[in-house]
Amino acid sequence: MFTCVKLEDLEPKVLFITGIKVTLPIVKIVSGKHWVITDIWVPCLFCCYGRLEDCNCASAVISKNMFQYTSEKKISPSNMNSQVLRLPLPSSKSMHNFSGAFCTEENIEQSISYLNREQLELSKREIVGLQERDRQLQSKNRNLHQLLKNEKDEVQKLQNIISSRATQYNHDMKRKEREYNKLKERLHQLVMNKKDKKIAMEVLNYVGRADGKRGAWRTDKTEARNEDQMYKVLLSDYEQRQKQLLLENAELKKVLQQMKKEIISLLPPQKQKPKERSEDGPVLSDLEEDIGELNKENMWELSCETVREQLTNSIRKQWRMLKSHVEKLDNQVSRVHSEALNDKDVISREDHELETEKLELEIHQCKEIIKTQQQLLQQQLMSPCDDDTTLLLQDCYLLEERERLQEEWRLFQEQKKNFEKERRSFTEAAIRLGLERKAFEEDRGTWLKQQFLSLSTDYKHSENVTTPSAFLGSKYLVQIILL
Amino acid sequence: MDFSEPFKLSGLLGRFSPDGKCLASCVQYRLIIRDVNTLQILQLYTCLDQIQYIEWSSDSLFILCAMYKRGIVQVWSLEQPDWHCKIDEGSAGLVASCWSPDGRHILNTTEFHLRITVWSLCTKSVSYIKYPKACQQGIAFTKDGRYMAVAERRDCKDFVSLFVCSNWQLLRHFDTETQDLFGIEWAPNGCVLAVWDTCLELWAIGPNQLITVFQYKILLYSLDGRLLSTYRAYEWSLGIKSIAWSPSSQFLAIGSYDEKVRILNHVTWKKITDFEHPATVVNTKTIVYKEVEKSSPIESERLSFPPTRALASSVFSTRSKYDISQVPVSFQYIKPVADRANPKMGIGMLAFSPDNCFLATKSDNIPNAVWIWDIQKLKLSVVLEQLCAIQSFQWDPRQPRLAVCTGNSKVYLWSPAGCVSVQVPTEGKAFCNALCKPLSTPSLQITFSTFNLAQALLVKT
Repeated sequence: MFTCVKLEDLEPKVLFITGIKVTLPIVKIVSGKHWVITDIWVPCLFCCYGRLEDCNCASAVISKNMFQYTSEKKISPSNMNSQVLRLPLPSSKSMHNFSGAFCTEENIEQSISYLNREQLELSKREIVGLQERDRQLQSKNRNLHQLLKNEKDEVQKLQNIISSRATQYNHDMKRKEREYNKLKERLHQLVMNKKDKKIAMEVLNYVGRADGKRGAWRTDKTEARNEDQMYKVLLSDYEQRQKQLLLENAELKKVLQQMKKEIISLLPPQKQKPKERSEDGPVLSDLEEDIGELNKENMWELSCETVREQLTNSIRKQWRMLKSHVEKLDNQVSRVHSEALNDKDVISREDHELETEKLELEIHQCKEIIKTQQQLLQQQLMSPCDDDTTLLLQDCYLLEERERLQEEWRLFQEQKKNFEKERRSFTEAAIRLGLERKAFEEDRGTWLKQQFLSLSTDYKHSENVTTPSAFLGSKYLVQIILL
Repeated sequence: MDFSEPFKLSGLLGRFSPDGKCLASCVQYRLIIRDVNTLQILQLYTCLDQIQYIEWSSDSLFILCAMYKRGIVQVWSLEQPDWHCKIDEGSAGLVASCWSPDGRHILNTTEFHLRITVWSLCTKSVSYIKYPKACQQGIAFTKDGRYMAVAERRDCKDFVSLFVCSNWQLLRHFDTETQDLFGIEWAPNGCVLAVWDTCLELWAIGPNQLITVFQYKILLYSLDGRLLSTYRAYEWSLGIKSIAWSPSSQFLAIGSYDEKVRILNHVTWKKITDFEHPATVVNTKTIVYKEVEKSSPIESERLSFPPTRALASSVFSTRSKYDISQVPVSFQYIKPVADRANPKMGIGMLAFSPDNCFLATKSDNIPNAVWIWDIQKLKLSVVLEQLCAIQSFQWDPRQPRLAVCTGNSKVYLWSPAGCVSVQVPTEGKAFCNALCKPLSTPSLQITFSTFNLAQALLVKT
């Protein structure tokens, strides 16, 4: 980025800087963007502290040289008026440390190399900074990894502790429970086996059983009976459940059958059969026919596997067909819909047809009429024509001729009128030109007079002047004649 | 709705007889038997100590009164008022007592669950069942009264013993795949036994530190001891809090601590659906009845029972009615306290309607709401949002109608037709906290306490 510095005034030490904002230490604002630098004091680009001339940092030396060179150039008067000096500025990133080194057209390559060097330096510094940061982050990462590992170890340790404690606790619990059981046993012995007289039932008299029977003794027989009883209970439960399931099944079968029937009735019959044949071959359809021969109600009672499979299969198949059929219908509907949407302002087909029919009828009628007219005309022509009619016809022709002539006359009249109008405008123009010519003549008179007065010595002049005037006059004359 | 005169009651001990003809109630030492229709006292028995538990025999002929503190059970006969029976468990102690389904045997559980003693009223024979497990629901009878299942604990393992109730013969004995069996429940058809595991395991992680690991496991055993199926909701799931069989045995509803009810079917024992109990109901098809207070005590004369009483009650308590809330509705949600035992969370109560059509549930996180699910559609049908926390609910045994109590002086009835709030005519502030319905009579007992005096009311609906 460069800022143009142009020397405009005769005073060699005053510089006008236009362009981007420059913050130089010794600057006076004259007006708007024009800044007057009374003394060129440039801070060092690299250390930003001292003047560029005084600074001893390595990079400053190069730019110092450049500055000296440019300032010499600037002072020399030959360059003063036209030379445009350029101030090399650092890249926008380091705007604040403004460089005062100038460059001219001659040293442009030098400055570019200087700039490159400067950028290289900057990049190097940046790289060093980034490397440092990277190193720091890596060390941090390492630390975090260490921490994580520690935490993981800790968790593992705690988990181990928990599990060991859990096993220990469970073990303790078992031990305690065993102890408790022992105690219970002991207590039981102490309390129950002491023939505690207190543990007793006082009853006035024993009552009869609720079912009125006598209690049975516990024997192997009763045990077997109990087993039987239990299985009976279970069996009856399962039987009941099976019955329920059977009922449910029957209901479902009925529904399926109903569905099958309805699907068959819904499906287009002519399409169904060939499809069936093509898909499953004649075997299945034969089977179906066989089934059809059977009494349906009885057939479904046979809940053997083949029948079941067949029912579900046929339902599935028909369902698929129905689905595809419905999809097809849907597609058709959607297509019709989309068509209707596409040509909204076109008349519907029915209307169209109706209209054409009507038109055709009309055409037909017209044709009829023409036909009859032609016939009539023919009749007229065929019939012998008398004098009256020929006269009438001749009159007709005369009338027509007259009309044509009148029309032509009218056209003629109109043309004449137009010509008149044109002529009038031409005369008007001629008059105007005449007036103009008069004015011109007058002007010429005065001009000649002046000329005569100013160059009284030269006679030829007057003659020279007349020729153009005569020429002019003839020109006008021609124009008038033309008019 | 007609209300009876309130009568005294201690320990909330009021029970209808299974045939629905009588009502037994306890006042301290005395057992009072009343006629349900006339409320006349039929019998009055005096026991040896304060009664802690009463139970009718299945044929409504006997009633047992347990006095756990003294280790005594006294049995009374309605047919023969002079007949008496006293069972003393002596130094072994007594923690639970119940009738066998035939109404002729009494099962007493001794202290420390040392054994269950089966006393017969017909013969001198006494049977013992050793090693019963101390758990929430350790004994279960089939509905037909033929079989009994008992949870046992031997050698740090869980077992289930199946007994034939007619002669207490052991039918089956099998170990269950449970860590710590928590409860057993027969299906109403008596062919499937549901066994569920404890909701949590304790793991020690330090000298004074325990962590609880929840688990969710339900096992289904056939009557012949075969394991039919095991159901676990998911790994590390919150445990089971309550279960209920549908009256048809077709469904098993499992309420758990994760605020869900899962419904299993009886064919595959797989989950059909789960009912969530969110704090906000968004489905517009759900009807939400919200109880709102009406401040003006008007129409108090309409209550037919002593007008003074009714008036007094209406002065003390505000009346309420139901409004239908606009969905979505948000309910008051309680965040459970994590570091306390028995956290108030999960499905605490659930019950099927007798016609299998509805399931009523209560989530302890949302204590003011009763959720009624349509079982045919498997959808949430109705939510009752009450002003107070739900104490109990009970289905009418004959029709789909639900009675709800919420610790105030009102009783609420829901049916598919609608929802009503009924003021109970009492003096002072009353708390309905128990509901009980006999099978065959159209009456509802509301037990409530007025200050320290317990009273009971009979309601005819």
